[in-house]
Amino acid sequence: MAPAVRLRSAVALLGGFPVLAGADLEVQPGEVVLLQGANGAGKTSLLRTCAGLLAVVSGSAEVLGCDLTADRRAVRRRVGLLGHSTALYDDLTVEDNVRFAVRAAGAPTATVEPALVRLGLAGRLRSVAAGRLSAGQRRRTALAVLVARQPELWLLDEPHAGLDAEHRDLLDDLIRGAVAGGAAVVLASHERDRASALADRTLVMAGGQVVPDRRAPRSGRPEATSAPPEDASARLAGNFPSLDASEHLEAAHVA
Amino acid sequence: MWRDAALMAGKDLRIEARSRVATNQVAPFAVIVLVLFGFALEPDRNFLQTAAPGLFWVAVLFCSVLAVQRSFAVEAADAAGDGLRMSGLDPAGIFLGKAAAVALELAALEALLAVGIVVFYSTSLTGVALLLATAAVATIGLAACGTLYGVLAAGLRVRETLLPLLILPVVAPVLIGATRAWEVALGQSLDDGWKWVTLLAVFAVVYVTLGVLAFGTLLEEA
Repeated sequence: MAPAVRLRSAVALLGGFPVLAGADLEVQPGEVVLLQGANGAGKTSLLRTCAGLLAVVSGSAEVLGCDLTADRRAVRRRVGLLGHSTALYDDLTVEDNVRFAVRAAGAPTATVEPALVRLGLAGRLRSVAAGRLSAGQRRRTALAVLVARQPELWLLDEPHAGLDAEHRDLLDDLIRGAVAGGAAVVLASHERDRASALADRTLVMAGGQVVPDRRAPRSGRPEATSAPPEDASARLAGNFPSLDASEHLEAAHVA
Repeated sequence: MWRDAALMAGKDLRIEARSRVATNQVAPFAVIVLVLFGFALEPDRNFLQTAAPGLFWVAVLFCSVLAVQRSFAVEAADAAGDGLRMSGLDPAGIFLGKAAAVALELAALEALLAVGIVVFYSTSLTGVALLLATAAVATIGLAACGTLYGVLAAGLRVRETLLPLLILPVVAPVLIGATRAWEVALGQSLDDGWKWVTLLAVFAVVYVTLGVLAFGTLLEEA
């Protein structure tokens, strides 16, 4: 089976700065991969690259069979990204936001109502403007968009942030359900215990690169999380001679 | 592309209907501009009538800057622009939809301003066919040009102040052409008004074409 994500020495720039400095990643359909690392390690950039929002200027990047170096747009309708922001329109209601996102993605609008029900937004909240929602309610609305769109690849950046205990459990169920349906999930989280329980693999990022992974069984606690990620990435960063991004870019161009 | 354009225009118009920025802020601004022109030039009533076409279109240009700024402000809030890019909508459809929504808002404002020049400047609206044709093609040109420059400035921190500097000089041909055509329609000139409409139509076609072709690249860079 072709991998959902395959990055090889991927380099991505943001304002001229290499936020990905030769990242390697492979994710299979039906797999949950947890990204950990210190702030600025490149987790968000990796997710945005997989979503086709950041251009890969060197190396190779293939997501859901689409070559991102040739066309970043083709994959976007098949990928769902939940970032730090919720990407909602404040003046539209919860239902309008979900319905617009679903129609824009070309997905059937029949999925809107079940998604609203699943996220507890089917009552009074459906007709409330997004700008009047609490942070947690906005997060649930953004999740409802994902659930209704039914993407093949879920990219989740700190997905538990802002959610109460009940909806954190619901999010975990949603992720398990998506994986059971064959979707791949890549999530970045600082909540090691909760996120590790979901993940098939835990990867540590440092300096825009993915540290070689250590597999762990789904039921067990991944070995990589036994040390604080900040400590691990800081320790690992010292072992990378090519972490200077400009040097890495030069090397990539020469190659 | 057309389906995406309709979806986008519907979304932008729904946002404007809910937020009422166009009705509660832009429309009063347009009327205030007309009134202030009246205060400045009131001693010479005849001059006001003569200058009415130019004052009308200057007010429309100011409103078009506000409408375009608003159109892209809603995409900048809470990274909605990322959601738009992730939606997979055809960029040409996004451009056409946003331009159509801006055009419809401007058309409504022009109707209000037309009433304004009748009331405040005692202008008689004659040559209705030429007036409407001019307004239609000028509005399309303004909306297309504004939307193109709107996305160009969207990713910049100084977009609010930069956008007028980008748009206003570029739409000078619209101001000149529409003013001359309206002067003919209102009987203030014996020139051929339809040649100005043709110029405005060329402007509109150029910017609609540029927008359809370039909007996707500009949106990615925003």
